[in-house]
Amino acid sequence: MIKNKETYRQQKKVQNSIFTFLAFAFFIFSMLQLNIVPERIVRSIERLGYIFGNMFPPVTNEPVSLFTAAIESIQVAILGTILGVIISLFLAVLAAKNLTISPYLGYAIKGFAGFVRAVPALIWALLFIVAVGLGPTPGILALAINSIGMLVKVYGEALEEIDMGIVEALESAGASKVQVILQGVFPSVMKAFTAWSLFRLDVNIRYSAILGVVGAGGIGWELMKAAQMSRYDEALMVTIVIFGMVMSAEVLSEYMKKRANAASAQALN
Amino acid sequence: MMETILEIRQLKKTYPDGTEALKNINLSIKRGEFIVIIGPSGAGKSTFLRSINRLSEPTSGEIIFHGEDIVKANRAKLRKMRRNIGMIFQGFNLVKRLPTVRNVLHGKLGYMSTWKGALGLFNQEEVEEALSILERVGLEDQAFKRADELSGGQQQRVAIARAINQSPSIILADEPIASLDPNSSRVVMDYLQKACQEEGFTTIVNLHQVDFAKEYADRIVGIKNGEIYFDGPVKELSDDVIQSIYAKGKEAMPV
Ligand SMILES: Nc1ncnc2c1ncn2[C@@H]1O[C@H](COP(=O)(O)OP(=O)(O)OP(=O)(O)O)[C@@H](O)[C@H]1O
Ligand SMILES: [Mg+2]
Repeated sequence: MIKNKETYRQQKKVQNSIFTFLAFAFFIFSMLQLNIVPERIVRSIERLGYIFGNMFPPVTNEPVSLFTAAIESIQVAILGTILGVIISLFLAVLAAKNLTISPYLGYAIKGFAGFVRAVPALIWALLFIVAVGLGPTPGILALAINSIGMLVKVYGEALEEIDMGIVEALESAGASKVQVILQGVFPSVMKAFTAWSLFRLDVNIRYSAILGVVGAGGIGWELMKAAQMSRYDEALMVTIVIFGMVMSAEVLSEYMKKRANAASAQALN
Repeated sequence: MMETILEIRQLKKTYPDGTEALKNINLSIKRGEFIVIIGPSGAGKSTFLRSINRLSEPTSGEIIFHGEDIVKANRAKLRKMRRNIGMIFQGFNLVKRLPTVRNVLHGKLGYMSTWKGALGLFNQEEVEEALSILERVGLEDQAFKRADELSGGQQQRVAIARAINQSPSIILADEPIASLDPNSSRVVMDYLQKACQEEGFTTIVNLHQVDFAKEYADRIVGIKNGEIYFDGPVKELSDDVIQSIYAKGKEAMPV
């Protein structure tokens, strides 16, 4: 008994040291392969110092266009979220195995959502730019589809946990499927749905700031311009605005979550 | 002689896993009867009740309701027929986050156009009717509270109100008081009985409390092993019969 424990512990020890060694070897190999040698690191620190020196004080030459770009980013995020939420509500009902009209359709939608989730928002933006051209539209579509990937999953999980007694009660009163979903199911999962949707809005506001970098509208484009012209002081200003945007989005969504909880306590009447 | 409202012939239900829950049920129910079904756990009482409105699909047999076979009805037809069958559950099955009055209004969904009902566009008249039904079950001052703020007994009365609002001709109740204390149980059973007398509902209730069954029923049906074992008025339900209904195994052995 005790002997077994001892040998087990020794085995574990050997295993651990092998893993540590392999991890270390991989680290060194990667450094060499990517050509990250000490002098390079020193040089980039020097360069960082130069950029840093040029960043201060932050300035902007076009406060109006910076402001409108920030607003555009937020609009892209909000519209993308709304579009994503609406489509996800619909798909999640068809994906949830307790509500779907066909299990195969359910699997298909879950598979689709998984795939969509695996592709980053930036890639979607690039794809939609090819499809519909530059501007906020591809940004909105990219955020919408990226949101769908996540929301269908989390909405679906919330739906699969509902008390099916409610469904039975309304069906036994002669309610149709749509009525059961809107009158019985959605009110029961409202709290979870609102929390997830607001969380997603938060994520989308962060993404929307970056999307502009590839030309999908919004403030990211300003950052790109400043960086390309080596105007690091302007770049810093844009970064500050983005920071402010993201922070206020977080505060706002936190506030809305509280409000929504209070409102759902009052219920929809 | 009262007319027959529900005629069940050779009803069988075998679950996908092979359990024969109902073997061969034949039952004729007259308008206005208050029937209580008793029987041991697993006898098939719930399955029987849920077969009547097809929450549980019968394997074979006929259920003739108002002259039409429910078993043969298509989806649309079934929806229409279900409006006439109110159902009350052990777990109340209210939409907990919605106000009480909205839950009562849900009884009207089957009569509304799909979208009007889905969006909850109930008109003034419907709301007033719901409120007056709540008054009848003694809950007028709870109308705008969230359903889950009510006690269990009150929630079951809301469920009764929802069923009344369907204007059904039959009410099915599956263990309506199984999760309530004795006092609330009595209150709930009294309201159910009152509603059924006032509206002339035919009522079928599953109960496992024999004393309650004797007190409220006009007629008692004992189910055992998926078959009807006893069917008759309360006075014919002797202690011996009760014992053998609840006895284990197929033979009537004392417990
Ligand atoms: N969904 C199901 N799948 C398979 N078997 C089931 C299912 N539901 C019920 N059964 C079985 O069918 C039989 C009858 O069950 P039913 O729930 O109708 O009994 P009951 O008389 O209502 O019992 P209780 O008093 O415990 O509620 C039981 O053997 C039960 O295990
Ligand atoms: Mg039961």
